[in-house]
Amino acid sequence: MAKRVLMKGNEVIAEAAIRAGCRHYFGYPITPQTEVMHYMAREMVKHGGTFVQAESEVAAINMVYGAAATGERVLTSSSSPGISLKQEGISYIAGAELPAVVVNIMRGGPGLGGILPSQGDYFQATKGGGHGDYRNLVIAPASVQELYELTVKAFDLADQYRMVCMILGDGTIGQMMEPVAFKEQEETVEVAKPWATTGMHGRQKHNTITSIYIDPDDLEAKNRELQEKYRQIEEKEVRFESSNLDDAEIVIAAYGTCSRICKNVIRQAAELGIKVGMVRPITLWPFPSKEFARVADMPSVKGFLDVELSSGQMIEDVRLAVNGKKPVYFHGRMGGNLPTQKEILDEIVKIHKGEM
Amino acid sequence: MIDFSIILAGFGGQGVLSAGKMAAESALIEGKEVSWFPSYGPEMRGGTANCSVVISDEPIGSPVINEPDVLIALNQPSLEKFEDTLKPGGIIIIDSSLVKVSPKRTDIRFIPINSSEIASELGSMAYATIVLLGCVSAATGAFTRDSFEKALYDVLPERRHHMIPNNLNAFDKGAEFAKQ
Amino acid sequence: MAVVFQKTKGLTDKPFHYCPGCMHGIIHRLIAEVMEEMDIIDKTIGVASVGCTYNNYDYFSCDMVQAAHGRAPAVATGIKRCKPEEMVFTYQGDGDLASIGTAEIVHAAARGEKICTFFVNNAVYGMTSGQMAPTTLLGQVTTTSPLGRDAETRGYPINVSEMLSTLTGAVYIERVALFDYKHIQEAKKAIAKAFRVQQQGLGFAMVEFLSTCPTNWGKEPIEALEWCKEKMVPQYPLGVFKGKDLEV
Repeated sequence: MAKRVLMKGNEVIAEAAIRAGCRHYFGYPITPQTEVMHYMAREMVKHGGTFVQAESEVAAINMVYGAAATGERVLTSSSSPGISLKQEGISYIAGAELPAVVVNIMRGGPGLGGILPSQGDYFQATKGGGHGDYRNLVIAPASVQELYELTVKAFDLADQYRMVCMILGDGTIGQMMEPVAFKEQEETVEVAKPWATTGMHGRQKHNTITSIYIDPDDLEAKNRELQEKYRQIEEKEVRFESSNLDDAEIVIAAYGTCSRICKNVIRQAAELGIKVGMVRPITLWPFPSKEFARVADMPSVKGFLDVELSSGQMIEDVRLAVNGKKPVYFHGRMGGNLPTQKEILDEIVKIHKGEM
Repeated sequence: MIDFSIILAGFGGQGVLSAGKMAAESALIEGKEVSWFPSYGPEMRGGTANCSVVISDEPIGSPVINEPDVLIALNQPSLEKFEDTLKPGGIIIIDSSLVKVSPKRTDIRFIPINSSEIASELGSMAYATIVLLGCVSAATGAFTRDSFEKALYDVLPERRHHMIPNNLNAFDKGAEFAKQ
Repeated sequence: MAVVFQKTKGLTDKPFHYCPGCMHGIIHRLIAEVMEEMDIIDKTIGVASVGCTYNNYDYFSCDMVQAAHGRAPAVATGIKRCKPEEMVFTYQGDGDLASIGTAEIVHAAARGEKICTFFVNNAVYGMTSGQMAPTTLLGQVTTTSPLGRDAETRGYPINVSEMLSTLTGAVYIERVALFDYKHIQEAKKAIAKAFRVQQQGLGFAMVEFLSTCPTNWGKEPIEALEWCKEKMVPQYPLGVFKGKDLEV
């Protein structure tokens, strides 16, 4: 096995992007993702790439749009308020079908909010965020190792589906250090980009990148194409991790940092004789609805406990998937606070006793 | 089985973040699972800094610690802030050159070390946190002196390698306190 | 039979959709002719913006990217940084560049991005039907300044060329007009100079075109030309604001 090195999540994102062949980074400083920028500012020079500190997140995402139009792998990163500013560009990237990777290291909101970890941007990330009928592929890593592997993967997925692939982590995952083992050689997928605006250089027809379709029939046809692409992604790209589901009485739904805290809770619950399992969505869109539906049908399962760093956002997707077959309870913390193991365990005990 | 957590806290500039990183690096060399999580943002500008380090034989759940096994406090506010969160039976190590009060808790082990004085005798205040790490190592077995030494070679740039003997010296002095 | 005039290869065969008397067609043709004459059609990527010319990607025969409102200089930055050997230009109106896109144009110029910006100033929002633009003259009647632009409530016109010429990264800034053959020829020279500035990697170049909007001004095309000359030029004097002595 490759040597494990201790690295900060934010730096691993940047390193993974470089390893995935990304040579263009555009960003604007914001806590708690700033180390992505620092790393890129340092490293891009060494790799002959581009680093631009843009005048705003709005400009940064539009630089991404331009860079992606040329067919290059491109990254931008920010945190919640900055991601709100990027929504305009993200919608245009969706409409123009350009590949790009966008990282959101979430902090508490709304407004300027705080700088501590949050999962309050789930709706924004998975339900659109910007205007129009579109989706982003949203990936939520739960460890620094996974952050590395999935960031590399994000570039492949973005290229393959010509869309924004978003890495959605909270401040914890960006700020923490953990061991990471890098591969000697990345196995990335090369996708041909005949649509790219690279200068014609003898090409017969000029390429145009646009998201505007004034004729309603053209725009509807474009939307149908997009939806067809999204259906394919829902079929092929769902990722999740299910654990301890055999005979589970209570099943936790949690992603990212919350899922890590819950893993410890599962062990503690077992000591109390309560069988707790977990379904951890790794892709938040497409959502592992089928897995939740399957688990809801398991006779041993009495109910679900959804744990989030929000007032309850993913729980809506969990409830849709469970479809009323079993109760879905919620425990969440906000403002940058993280739930303690004890808090979650208390909830589990209450559910188990039928006190909820 | 090793599975425990350390909170290191003090003023910004005292080196608590790098000391925490050294603890994690040392344990990593032994093949353990480790995580390091810092206080970040404006809090740091305000002058206090802390980090949480988890060392375990198993995959680590939360890198954020609610109930540490060990608290290393380099100033009085840090002791006051984290004392109550310590697990029963846990260890509080303070730099007694700087912290002039003792914890109120009686269900814990308390190890005061005049680490700043020791560091200044060794010629650099940077050794103060290393003294404290030596004590953690000896008191808990979370990582060995050997792996700490290897970690120094990994982490320090070569131009700083001449400081390694003094680092080990500081480490050993801290370890002595754990034996008392 | 000798061909004495033919359409430039820099334009596609798609007919323009612009109103009678509008000058976008002339400006498009000038840019296209310069691209052809400099033999750069094959290595140019243009950026269309939002406004009447949103779809000029259908008219220019080079590769084209359509940008969000005001963001063309940022999009062009992304393109140019990825393709430094290509020629990159933005085509923007006064609402796009001088209102919603002021941050992007100022910072692209300040960074000295090696791009050309063609800025069309007709003192009004065309596409959305005649609202006040940042460049609308004092006293000028628009659909959002129905009593005429008053400085008290609607502020003053922005002189973009003068403003950008204070930035070190901007190396060539010129304001031109199109109200007669002589001025059109000068405008074409300015376009060529802007492209040469980019070719030589000197920095940011912008040509501002004083243009007309007969439809939203409520004037006949000829009358509009006169209005441009008489009213706009005093507020927006023609000339080179940066890079006068630049030999390219």
